[in-house]
Amino acid sequence: MSADRPLLDAHLVADQHAFELDVRLRIAAGEVVALLGPNGAGKTTALRVLAGLHPLTAGHVTVAGVDLDRPDRRLFVPPERRRIGVVFQDHLLFPHLNALDNVAFGPRRHGLDRRAARARAADWLDRVGLDGYARRRPRQLSGGQAQRVALARALAVDPALLLLDEPLAALDARTRLETRTELHRHLTAHRNAALLVTHDPLDALVLADRLVIVEAGRVVQEGDAATVTARPRTDYVAHLVGLNLHRGRGEGHTVRVGAGLALTTADRVTGDAFVAFPPAAVALHAGRPDGSPRNTWPATVVGVQRHGDNLRIQLDGPLGVAADVTPAAAAQLRLVPGQAVWAAVKAAETRAYPAGGGPGPG
Amino acid sequence: MRPPRRLPAAVAALAVLALAGCGGADDPSSGADTDTVRGTVTVFAAASLTESFGTLGRQFEAAHPGTRVTFNFAGSSALATQITQGAPADVFASAAPGPMRTVTEAGDAAGEPAVFVRNQLVIAVPKENPERVTGLADLIRPGTKVALCAPQVPCGEAAGKALDNSGVRLTPVTLEQDVKGALAKVKLGEVDAALVYRTDVRATPELTAVEFPESAGAVNDYPIVVLTAAGNPAGARAFVAYVRSDAGRAVLTDAGFQPPPVG
Amino acid sequence: MTVAPGTVRRSDAARRRAAAGRLPLALLVPAGLGLLFLVLPLVGLLARAPWTTLPQRLTAPGVLTALRLSVQTATLATLLCLLLGVPLAWLLARVDFPGRRLVRALVTVPLVLPPVVGGVALLLVFGRRGLLGGWLDATFGITLPFSTTGVVVAESFVAMPFLVIAVEGALRGADRRYEEAAATLGAGRWTTFTHVTLPLVAPGVVAGAVLCWARALGEFGATITFAGNYPGRTQTMPLAVYLALETDLQAAVVLSLILLTVSVGILAALRDRWVTGP
Repeated sequence: MSADRPLLDAHLVADQHAFELDVRLRIAAGEVVALLGPNGAGKTTALRVLAGLHPLTAGHVTVAGVDLDRPDRRLFVPPERRRIGVVFQDHLLFPHLNALDNVAFGPRRHGLDRRAARARAADWLDRVGLDGYARRRPRQLSGGQAQRVALARALAVDPALLLLDEPLAALDARTRLETRTELHRHLTAHRNAALLVTHDPLDALVLADRLVIVEAGRVVQEGDAATVTARPRTDYVAHLVGLNLHRGRGEGHTVRVGAGLALTTADRVTGDAFVAFPPAAVALHAGRPDGSPRNTWPATVVGVQRHGDNLRIQLDGPLGVAADVTPAAAAQLRLVPGQAVWAAVKAAETRAYPAGGGPGPG
Repeated sequence: MRPPRRLPAAVAALAVLALAGCGGADDPSSGADTDTVRGTVTVFAAASLTESFGTLGRQFEAAHPGTRVTFNFAGSSALATQITQGAPADVFASAAPGPMRTVTEAGDAAGEPAVFVRNQLVIAVPKENPERVTGLADLIRPGTKVALCAPQVPCGEAAGKALDNSGVRLTPVTLEQDVKGALAKVKLGEVDAALVYRTDVRATPELTAVEFPESAGAVNDYPIVVLTAAGNPAGARAFVAYVRSDAGRAVLTDAGFQPPPVG
Repeated sequence: MTVAPGTVRRSDAARRRAAAGRLPLALLVPAGLGLLFLVLPLVGLLARAPWTTLPQRLTAPGVLTALRLSVQTATLATLLCLLLGVPLAWLLARVDFPGRRLVRALVTVPLVLPPVVGGVALLLVFGRRGLLGGWLDATFGITLPFSTTGVVVAESFVAMPFLVIAVEGALRGADRRYEEAAATLGAGRWTTFTHVTLPLVAPGVVAGAVLCWARALGEFGATITFAGNYPGRTQTMPLAVYLALETDLQAAVVLSLILLTVSVGILAALRDRWVTGP
């Protein structure tokens, strides 16, 4: 597949409630891209304009070289004539049709007669492992089964672009795991492009080849999973991947992060830069540690939460960070909100990288 | 009702007042009670009496200061049902003997009903009589639409009798629930003619009445009676007497009613 | 530990009683009174029914004719209302056009208009001298007054608001995302309407049609004014009942009971078949 002619080429500009959506998206054939962002970031609007359920105010949507929405040329192709399939968050299977007829609905609309449409639907139900469930009504299906029927329904019309809107959000944890695996199998087999809209980083990391992160209607970072997790560029992404992230000025092996605090880093960086480190790398002490790492500062405990087997301590001070400590250590240090402590980070556990050279915040 | 028609009625009323003032009405049942008549008299009367009884009520109140007449005008059968189901009424004036029979058979009438007027059927046509209707035979011309009253109500019963007498086999387009329904159909131009009472046509300026000889055999008697449940029996008797007095009759004949048969 | 089935049942019953005890009396009392208020007139009819002469009265000439005509015209009126009312409800629920509030108010006019006035209004439009009546007669040879079609028109006029209001409510309550899902699967607007929207609001449409049919069946004022009263052609049961009332209260009671029995029977049968909710 040639990279200069992606299957989806879109510049999405649309009005949101609080802000304007302005997102550029390119997806190659066979590629799965996750559109990741907090609630209200504009992900769903992006999906709706791609599907044609909502018009663009500017920009364009082009799939396989065909323009579907171009406000400047007064061109708009309605959803029923786009080769775009959608899997909705709460599956939206038609309640009056059984599973087979739900899946056959699309093929019927695309000109197949009832027999052929049902045959194709049966084939798709088989592929998603639900061949015994053809006669079931949606309310007789479990959440995971319904979502698999919804996937079969969207794929049965062979869309050039498949859109998935939080496909796993409505499922319980166990079903989610199974369905995610199932979904991964089908997305891998899908020859065309797929866009997964989600706020769950795990879904995005497992299912997508590439992440596009949006906040307040703008792309703040994009790249493959390794890059994004290693080098977050916004607090949101850092939080998603569980890192402390600070921005400052790099001066060789030091990054000044405001309030007179300079963090010594293993990486060498100059100019506008990020420095990131995991909460587990933050050590807490009752008094100022002597003969210890240079990166120490006084802090106040503002919050304590369970985090796996450990406790995650939210700290305020010259640097707001999260620290993971064992319950034993927390008890010894009497870590309750308001308690004053000293925080320390080893230089070897930090990562520093330039803030420029990619979509950044603001 | 047209204003000029009120004049003779008013004159008659004055005459009655003058007579009453002289100390003696000619009707035996009314004179004795003149001084004692007080309070409200509730009269259930057939819808076709609406205009004339309204006038009579005002005159009666003038002749008997301190009285008030309230009316309930409706189809006679409906009124009879209301009375037999215990409606509080003093007087019942029916447009036909049938509903009156219902009331007397239920034991709700105090004394024998008396026929106070009769009403005759006419053919009601639009003012200019565009179809040139002169008699019943003209109503069976093809394309001529006629409304009759349903046989269950007095005007329909009378119409049936008149048509039987004439031998004219008329198929109406509708059998209306009451006279007013039949009249409305002529007024709106939906039918060309209707068989209704002369009084009804006289009260409707847009229509004109075509008399026909066969109606003589289908004249409708209007009986009136004081009811056993009357809360104001003296007032009820006085009102009935007033209706049957010369003054009352003057108002009624002026509205197109015929006087009752002598006897 | 095993529990005898009887024990289980008793404890269930006790639980139900306990639950019933928690029902607020402030609701139960007016609810009971409301039911009584609705049912008592029916008891009155039953109490006065001449049971001994019932068979003769049922087979009296004209009774079955009026009944058949009533059921036929009410059914045809309901079909006409469905044909015109469902699209109208869709328009009111889904299309934002100027003056929509006014149109919605206009739809309810037949509800507040006395039916007799409605009948006169219909005559002024479709009558021989009406706004459209003369043209209809001259062009198509259609005369509505005094015809069975006229009965259907009068009943439709009075009953349509019940259907429109019910269907509009159902459409407003329906999840429009199903329609979007249909569009993404290639369904055009019309297909979406017939294959997705209508099935989704089917309970509302059925409820509206039932109300509509019941109202049409009981229609009196507009029918007698617009279509007149002629046995076999325009005399429906309510008209027959009214005229029977003129002469024979018992006959009227019998006719009313027949109408009630047939309508309640049909509605109950439909309910079991169509309106079985989850």
